[in-house]
Amino acid sequence: MTAAPERARPTEPVSRFPGEAGLWVFVLGDMCAFTVFFTTFLVERRDRHAAFSAAHTALDPGLGLANTLLLLTGSLFVAAGLGAHRRGGSGAPSAFGLAALCGAAFVVDKVVEYTDLITSGHTPYSETFFATFFVFTGIHLLHVLIALVVLAVMARAAGRTPARPTDARMIASGAVYWHMVDLLWLVLFCLYYLMG
Amino acid sequence: MTRAVALVRGPVSYVWIALVAFTLLSWWVGGDHGIASVRIAGAVVLVVAFVKLRFVGLYFMELRDAPRPLRTAFESWCVGVCALLVVMSLVML
Repeated sequence: MTAAPERARPTEPVSRFPGEAGLWVFVLGDMCAFTVFFTTFLVERRDRHAAFSAAHTALDPGLGLANTLLLLTGSLFVAAGLGAHRRGGSGAPSAFGLAALCGAAFVVDKVVEYTDLITSGHTPYSETFFATFFVFTGIHLLHVLIALVVLAVMARAAGRTPARPTDARMIASGAVYWHMVDLLWLVLFCLYYLMG
Repeated sequence: MTRAVALVRGPVSYVWIALVAFTLLSWWVGGDHGIASVRIAGAVVLVVAFVKLRFVGLYFMELRDAPRPLRTAFESWCVGVCALLVVMSLVML
């Protein structure tokens, strides 16, 4: 008996917009909002450069690097899952699950880092560097938590049989959201962990 | 593990390898190993970060095949914000 050929699921409508077109208003808007955060960091750094350089050494660059690799690997699984779903393969829910694992590990890593900093006396009230660090990375962490919920919805939709007509567009939109979260972290990682 | 590797096999894995390589490069430069000048090292890691951003946008967010206005908006943001942050990091230190 030969295996049945994979049957491609309904794909997104003809528009080549990745995901929902309206989602991009939010994505580009969020990128602009984070641009304000990035520039605020550099302005504050100019005014308190010695304090920022000293505070920078309190951060563990290994944790920042681990978080960056986790989000990039999550992006790899999301992109692979989206491709598998379009081809009608069965691997999409697993891929989205693995991406969620990466996201969950990011959250655990961040909680460990916040705890270490606070117990060492580096609170949002101790130095402007840490005030901006906790606020900006905290807002980003909120994005990651939302992304975990989005991935769960994507995994459920990807495993649904028969697929609903809206599933393909919804999964593509979720993927765009995840990648935006990854993209914003790349700049935060650079500013806080790499620029002394 | 084998299943996970099978899942990610394909062109996206090459993009991921490039992103990891750029991340390790910028971590090395930013970790006082590469460039003596703090200003120059800061500018280099910023440029590398925005190269990575562009990769994420074009290949993972699939903007390579998106309508031109959307791709232009994204690429303009990358170039504009990268230039702004690099100039700020060089001048405002």
